[in-house]
Amino acid sequence: MKQYWRSIEEYESIQEQGNKGNQDDSLKETPDHHHDEPGDSDLAGSHSRRDFLKMLGFGIGYAGLLSGCEMPVRKAIPYLNQPEEIVPGVANYYATTFYDGHDYCSILVKNREGRPIKIEGNVLSPVTKGGTHARVQASILNLYDMARLKEPMKNSQETTWEAIDGEVIAKLQEISTEGGRAVILTPTVISPSARHLLKEFMLKYPGTEWITYDAISSSAMLQANEMNFKQKAIPDYRFDQADLIVGFNADFLGNWLSPVEYTKQYTKKRSLMDSKTMPRHIQFESYMSLTGSNADYRVPIKPSEESIILLNLYNLIASAKGADTYTVSESPIEIGKLAEELLASEGKSLVVCGTNDLHSQLIVNAINHLLGNYGTTIDLARPLLTQQGSDDEMAALVDDMVQGKVSGLILCQVNPVYDYPAAQRFADGMKQMKLTVSITERLDETARLAHYVCPDSNYLESWNDFEVKKGCYSMGQPVINKVFNTRQAQDSLLRWMEDQATYNDYIENYWEKNIYPGQSKFDGFRGFRNEVLHDGIYVDTSSAGAQPSFSSVELQAGIEPEGEGFELVLYEKISIGDGKYANNPWLQELPDPVTMATWDNYVCIPPGYAKENRLKLEDVVLINGDVELPVLVQPGQPEGTIAIAVGYGRSNAGKVANGLGKNVYPLAVIADGHRKFSGRKVTMERVSGKRYPLALTQSHHTMEQRALAREATLMEYLEAPDAGNEMHMGIVEENLTLYEIPQYEGSHWGLAINLNACIGCGNCVISCQAENNVAVIGKEQVRNRRIMHWIRIDRYYSDEADNPEVIRMPVMCQHCDNAPCENVCPVAATPHSSEGLNQMAYNRCIGTRYCVNNCPYKVRRFNWFEYAGNEKFDYNLNNDYGKLVLNPDVTVRSRGVVEKCSFCVQRIQAAKLNAKMENRGIIDGELKTACQQSCPGDAIVFGDMNDPNSEIKKILDNPRTYQLLEQLHTLPSVNYMTKIWNKDKEDKKVNYRRTRYVPHSVKHGKKHS
Amino acid sequence: MYKTSVRGILIPGNKSYGQVANDILHPLEAKSPPPWWYIVASLAIGMTGFGIWGIYTTVTQGIGTWGVNNNVGWGMAIISFVWWIAIGHAGTAFSIFLLIMRQRWLTSITRTAEAMTVLAVICAGIFPLLHMGRIWNGFFILPYPNTRGPLWDNFNSPLFWDVAAISTYLMTSAVFWYIGLIPDLALVRERAVSKVKKRVYALLSFGWVGTARGWLRQETAIILIGGLAAPLVVSVHSIVSMDFATSVIPGWHTTIFPPYFVIGAIFSGFAMVMTLMIIIRHVFRYKDYVTQAHLDAIARIMVFISMFMGLAYATELFIAWYSAGEYEIFTFMKNRVTGTYTIAFWIMITCNAIIPQLFWSKRIRNNLMIMFAITIIINIGMWFERYVIIVTSISKDFLPSSWASYSPTVVEWANYIGTMGIFILGILLFFRYVPIIAMSETKGVLKETSNIEEVKHGNH
Repeated sequence: MKQYWRSIEEYESIQEQGNKGNQDDSLKETPDHHHDEPGDSDLAGSHSRRDFLKMLGFGIGYAGLLSGCEMPVRKAIPYLNQPEEIVPGVANYYATTFYDGHDYCSILVKNREGRPIKIEGNVLSPVTKGGTHARVQASILNLYDMARLKEPMKNSQETTWEAIDGEVIAKLQEISTEGGRAVILTPTVISPSARHLLKEFMLKYPGTEWITYDAISSSAMLQANEMNFKQKAIPDYRFDQADLIVGFNADFLGNWLSPVEYTKQYTKKRSLMDSKTMPRHIQFESYMSLTGSNADYRVPIKPSEESIILLNLYNLIASAKGADTYTVSESPIEIGKLAEELLASEGKSLVVCGTNDLHSQLIVNAINHLLGNYGTTIDLARPLLTQQGSDDEMAALVDDMVQGKVSGLILCQVNPVYDYPAAQRFADGMKQMKLTVSITERLDETARLAHYVCPDSNYLESWNDFEVKKGCYSMGQPVINKVFNTRQAQDSLLRWMEDQATYNDYIENYWEKNIYPGQSKFDGFRGFRNEVLHDGIYVDTSSAGAQPSFSSVELQAGIEPEGEGFELVLYEKISIGDGKYANNPWLQELPDPVTMATWDNYVCIPPGYAKENRLKLEDVVLINGDVELPVLVQPGQPEGTIAIAVGYGRSNAGKVANGLGKNVYPLAVIADGHRKFSGRKVTMERVSGKRYPLALTQSHHTMEQRALAREATLMEYLEAPDAGNEMHMGIVEENLTLYEIPQYEGSHWGLAINLNACIGCGNCVISCQAENNVAVIGKEQVRNRRIMHWIRIDRYYSDEADNPEVIRMPVMCQHCDNAPCENVCPVAATPHSSEGLNQMAYNRCIGTRYCVNNCPYKVRRFNWFEYAGNEKFDYNLNNDYGKLVLNPDVTVRSRGVVEKCSFCVQRIQAAKLNAKMENRGIIDGELKTACQQSCPGDAIVFGDMNDPNSEIKKILDNPRTYQLLEQLHTLPSVNYMTKIWNKDKEDKKVNYRRTRYVPHSVKHGKKHS
Repeated sequence: MYKTSVRGILIPGNKSYGQVANDILHPLEAKSPPPWWYIVASLAIGMTGFGIWGIYTTVTQGIGTWGVNNNVGWGMAIISFVWWIAIGHAGTAFSIFLLIMRQRWLTSITRTAEAMTVLAVICAGIFPLLHMGRIWNGFFILPYPNTRGPLWDNFNSPLFWDVAAISTYLMTSAVFWYIGLIPDLALVRERAVSKVKKRVYALLSFGWVGTARGWLRQETAIILIGGLAAPLVVSVHSIVSMDFATSVIPGWHTTIFPPYFVIGAIFSGFAMVMTLMIIIRHVFRYKDYVTQAHLDAIARIMVFISMFMGLAYATELFIAWYSAGEYEIFTFMKNRVTGTYTIAFWIMITCNAIIPQLFWSKRIRNNLMIMFAITIIINIGMWFERYVIIVTSISKDFLPSSWASYSPTVVEWANYIGTMGIFILGILLFFRYVPIIAMSETKGVLKETSNIEEVKHGNH
């Protein structure tokens, strides 16, 4: 065949090939047509297969190099032998129990690839019924806290368990043989196995004593019940049985006894979803609590007035019932109407008091007895066991310790050097001992002083059993292998008893002997045990005791505190509680539901005093010449009182908590054998010129007469169900548009919030944070108003500063069908889904923040900095342990992009896939958003608005339902239901006004020069 | 047409063409710039350095170094952006409108005004870029073919319109300015002594030789581009205003914004031109070219515009009241006229609507010092106008729970001061290397407006 050449070079190369061809026949076999096709020589001729391989190799190598430049290669190691129950990408749920000596909650833990990442409430629990508390939600992060102890320690040096065990046993034996006294100090122990174990321990080492110490105690209540009922117990309160709830300084929705349970009961009847009536709630209190801010009537009183009002109330009821009355000074508050209302709802009322004061508790018992509430709204047959500590035992222990009467002390999950009022004496006592052991999760203020520090396992790494109420059991099981070299307290005690059994064996043993025989459902113990572990709870219906009879005792009002100054109230914040979890950044950054403050404690001062003395937010005052704290002017704080939260001022909790706020436990006093957290008089002086920054997430506190959170009274609601929401229909009719109203085939997701069921506890905020990997940004950035929470709880005060009404509304992305944010994004990073979701494409977002501005609800959050893996934001996202809590289904957002509530799109997707695999549609209620799932008030409903039978659809047709800023025609998918107050028509001040003007007996503090 | 008989002599002093060139080119042909040039330049370099630090901090650490927050998403950067864009309005507005209307009497000012425009638009353009959370992905905003399927630009977004309008405006203004510059650059080339200078200017003047054909082409091009640019003058700031007007935020959601912004832009641009002209007139001894009459004419225009501004402010307030929308009324009446931001609002009113009324007085129009002060005051007022519009509206919008205040941080000030540095530096370079007054055009009007016979006979 002829060969054509195009250039001299080609001609020459053809010549050359021809020459070679003569030598090598193989080339001749090259099919000729290769050369026929024009340009083919470029493709095939000039590049050999070897070249191709070279190019390929180079290309792949280069691509590898380039990708390697961007991110370090991290190896994901697959299972060599995959555990049967773990499927990568599929979550496992385990039932377990949260109990820390203060709060109880039955929970489900979500595990992904072996690591627990989220806590949900256990719906099977008869106590908490699927609800959780913000602190419970956040406890998952405690597991991955870098400040946890990693190794056992002796005299601040790391050591081994074997060494510790040997020495502790030797010393315990030494003390025991010498006839010395050793003490095990624990918080309330409600585990039947652990109680049994402690008893065995005391038998093993004679002379050992077990004392219960609760940081926040209910000791007066226990004593009062012992005096009245011969039963040292806390009754089971039934808020769902009451038509009239009267609280005296009892924050039962926030911190008192069993808040999750009480919230479930309280909101069930007040939600107005199924019934047309709701109980009335009247709260007398000395600081603005979460509970008080939800009350229909809230009456600010001084702590010293509490027992006087109570005794007056008792007298009014007693005289109506023909019982004995007692002399008492006149009530500072008009309570005639209250007495009438209580008498009108005998057996259906409930008076509770949260003050650790014997006088008040005895009067409250007497009132409830007169009203016949025992057996109906108060149940002593199944007492609540979560608080058992007696303050006088602890006080006696401290005295003995100082006098050198105690030679050994095993501190088990307690931190009295931080949270006991006489902490210094306790610390001094500790120094004189032969043996001090602290079993604790972190090297806290007390553990620092102990000879031996035994790292305790987190509750998510431990086996446990609990008896929360009599006969009502709850199980604990580990959901992860131990993260550090820790050992759970009970295992340590077993070792020291020279018993090599594991605590799990011990529990099983105990249950097999003591509890298993009491049931008849299961034939074998193994089956019973598995079932109980699976469900997480077990109720022994047979074990209820009888209702004890009431024996009355002499009543008297408390004595007025002496001295001058303000009556001090110490309270627990929703987020920090007693301070145990102060090192949890989620909790530190959770805005207080009342003050909206984060990261600090402060002095809540009454607005009248603030105005008189020109004190304003962030001015610094000196309390009792000792504690310097910033002030926060708190509407509703009674004149003559100040309130400060405990739980701050930790010095040894970890780097998040250390140095935040001030410790005010030392300001509590021990009187009449009980620790008193309120009522003591303190002085307050302004530190002139000094200011301390506070990070509040909300700085304007009234609604400016805008119809945002719409409200009405019960009477109005019963007359017209759309009371307070009359404008809704008008706005819907006026909402004309030239554009097509978006229609959705298939699902159209929507959410509804019942403002009557929402108490504002903040559980949803933390739940959302855990589910959606929301970053913690620290105090300074919160102060810059850049908090990242996808859901916030707006709190508004009505105008009267001395006792405002409080209304809250949770606000998250409203997923508007006509969203202002979507139009304005230049790169279409926030489009609308075919199911009505307003979505964020993080990869597409360039961060113009136009959407942030144009969102009327201001729910969009911008990543102002790189929050993950940044030294400057040294919280849980800056270490490898903290990152284990991340939800792998949700992207961690990088710097410069906007984020916001996604309606938990990952959950929607998972539910859709599940339904698809089972070849069905999504069943209403199976799909729950994170905020909804563990809401203790069941205030949130999520579902398909296109499904005619769904719960959300029913709410849409409810006359109470409206949308926030609906007049803007944004067509939000989030709906709100009006807040209904159970108030009389007349002004509340007529009902509970002060009978006399009580000037606050305060001398103005000397001003520093 | 400029009628000497009516308006007096435009360029006094019996100047010849050569003298005009000598007068105008003396700063350019001087051996070295005057000492004040070095002082101001080093100051400007300092400011620019400060700005570079600000930009570096912003880009490396994040927008978090600014004072903006989750409620007030835009702040100083956008204020500065709008402010610069507005200043960048005057040049083209000046040249083009007067060109189209054949008002050649202002030729001595147009060159500076146009240079100012180009520089101001460059300064403005820095902010939207810097203000992006992920500047490295900023190219997403350009509608280029890609493989992302349906995810393309959102043509509904005013920010996208901004990108289109501003880049078009910048390019058009720059080309317009440069084409006018070509004959003058050629003259500089001809007069240049140093070889390097000759080479550079030869390159820059595109081989201009001054043939009749060349003049014809150049003048036609100017007219054509001017005609094309005229609608841009209106569109740029209208579109910038739509960033606000298309939103739902009370105080932004206002139909008056496009004309209001354009008028405001011309106002601040004229003020800036006047500031510069007074400086130039003084330091380069251009009294014969930039005459009292010029400044007087600008001042008269400014009184007129200032009244427009007042009208716009009043209209906004009236409509807020007339709409009876509670949020509108709050924003305008309780958050601007009174309330937290009342000081900013009244500074705006005083500087933009009240103080310029002084120009009614001929004595003030003849007093350069006062005129200079007023032009500065106007630009301060115009800065506050943007502050009032942007910050008051979003810091207190619909939900009181989200109300937040905003105060700029040092990084934001650095960025703003940095752009000022760039602007001043640019102006200084312009003074030194570019003929400050359009010589060819000035010579073109010399015949009609001068009082000297010799020139009328044409003696180059």
